[in-house]
Amino acid sequence: MLSQQDMLEAERHGRQVRSIYVYEAPVRLWHWINALAMVVLAVSGYFIGKPLPTMPGEASDNFLLGYIRFAHFAAAYIFAVGLAGRVYWAFVGNHHSRQIFKLPIFNGHWWSEVFFELRWYLFLEKQPKKYVGHNPMAQLMMFFFFTVLAFGMLCTGFALYGEGLGLGSWADRLFGWVIPMLGGSMQTHSLHRLGMWIMMSFVVVHVYAAIREDIMSRQSLISTMISGWRMFKD
Amino acid sequence: MTETFYEVLRRQGITRRSFMKFCSLTATSLGLGSAFVPKIAHALENKPRTPVIWLHGLECTCCSESFIRSAHPLTKDVVLSMLSLDYDDTLMAAAGHQAEAIIEEVKKKYKGNYIVAVEGNPPLNEDGMFCIHGGRPFVEVLKETCADAKAIISWGACASYGCVQAAKPNPTRATPVHKVITDKPIVRVPGCPPIAEVMTGVVTYMLTFDKIPELDRQGRPKMFYGQRIHDKCYRRPHFDAGQFVENWDDDAARKGYCLYKMGCKGPTTYNACSSMRWNGGVSWPVQSGHGCIGCSEDGFWDKGSFYDRVTDIKQFAIEGNADKVGGTAAGVVGAAVAAHAAVTALARARSDKQGDNQNSGDKQ
Repeated sequence: MLSQQDMLEAERHGRQVRSIYVYEAPVRLWHWINALAMVVLAVSGYFIGKPLPTMPGEASDNFLLGYIRFAHFAAAYIFAVGLAGRVYWAFVGNHHSRQIFKLPIFNGHWWSEVFFELRWYLFLEKQPKKYVGHNPMAQLMMFFFFTVLAFGMLCTGFALYGEGLGLGSWADRLFGWVIPMLGGSMQTHSLHRLGMWIMMSFVVVHVYAAIREDIMSRQSLISTMISGWRMFKD
Repeated sequence: MTETFYEVLRRQGITRRSFMKFCSLTATSLGLGSAFVPKIAHALENKPRTPVIWLHGLECTCCSESFIRSAHPLTKDVVLSMLSLDYDDTLMAAAGHQAEAIIEEVKKKYKGNYIVAVEGNPPLNEDGMFCIHGGRPFVEVLKETCADAKAIISWGACASYGCVQAAKPNPTRATPVHKVITDKPIVRVPGCPPIAEVMTGVVTYMLTFDKIPELDRQGRPKMFYGQRIHDKCYRRPHFDAGQFVENWDDDAARKGYCLYKMGCKGPTTYNACSSMRWNGGVSWPVQSGHGCIGCSEDGFWDKGSFYDRVTDIKQFAIEGNADKVGGTAAGVVGAAVAAHAAVTALARARSDKQGDNQNSGDKQ
């Protein structure tokens, strides 16, 4: 329903109106804070698993890995609180804000749009279509490689954090069950790290697709995430 | 009938007078009134010591080897005074049918009131024929013996998780005790072997309080397995400072820096080594310069090398770890994106040339 509505909206408005308000302020703010948090998480996380070369001097003069871990945990809290806020906004925001949380999988038309976008990305379609929010392909990717993965990273991350806080801590009580389920602490670490790589691969695709569509589909994407307005160039 | 604690104390030359003094001192130190003195005395005089049957399945006896080296309490006190170790085929004097008869006797006499300590695990393949106990498959003996037990202690990684005999492909189908005995409370005391004082500590707790200690999610006593090696490691300051051993023979190794980069599993292993240490507190793996191998964690034998932190994930590839698999994925995605961008640019340039006239017509 959603994408059909979007499409009609886009096609109708695309000719008459030059722009539509898509992303509300909280969504935009969250997007950029989240992006920053993810960069910090990925870099600090990489160096927690594979630390930098040994620091010279006394242990009491250094706290390098301590600071790196602090950055990781601080960014993780921002990521988690942001995600919680984003879920809240999915309930109270406009219908575009719900896109990355639910897929209209029972809608045949939506699926045909997914395949249209797939053909478009495979150079099999000559003319792009216009969408107000995410295109259906993007929505599908966002759902699995961001939303689902983000919650996976959140659960494994806080489970591992709970190990440091200790038995009976809030993180242990809420997320401690994850560790035995995944087969132990070491396994959880490995999967958490693998998740980081998948997330970063998705970031590459996400940024590329946004830039490409901005150019190719004759509609604004990047500035939309800054101003909130989607501009149609023709 | 098994001796009571009082009888054991008297046998060891403690007078009635000293015994009563001990009872009043205990009552006082527990903050109980003088009325509790006779109650404590009565309990010690009348409560029979809990009989323990110690079974050996598919194992290497390292748990027993560890157990007999306990210093606090001394193993001789545990075995001869505190508990009534009625059956342990490696420690007992009796042998053959005489020995086997004891199991039957304990089962009858103390129905629902004895503890079974299991060292090793039962292999289930070929009807359990890979481990024979007194002429019968061990799995049968285990099931029969546990049927009337009050509680079960799973000694070591074997009984708790399966250990090396359960390593892939696990030809004998060695199976941890809790997957065979499902209707009894089980205390898991993992480790290969567990620390001696942890073993005697668990036994002492169960005998003193007549209940099993508080357990964590994986059924391990919280008091010994509540924290990671890493949390109490004396080399932890070097970890936080970012000071690591990079090679076994480097200066950092001599200075005793953190062994994280050498694959120490301390941050992912729950055990008491770093606080209790081994052999009466003499040393423990990290203190002797080698990282923890995580022997008290489930599947430590199948989860990658002992010598790296970002370790192999066997499901993906023989030599695949998170960085190799994930980094490759990221590289492939990056290359694909670059190629896609190039094709897009070419296609666009071509269609611009062809469509120059049409486009200008389209736009009014």
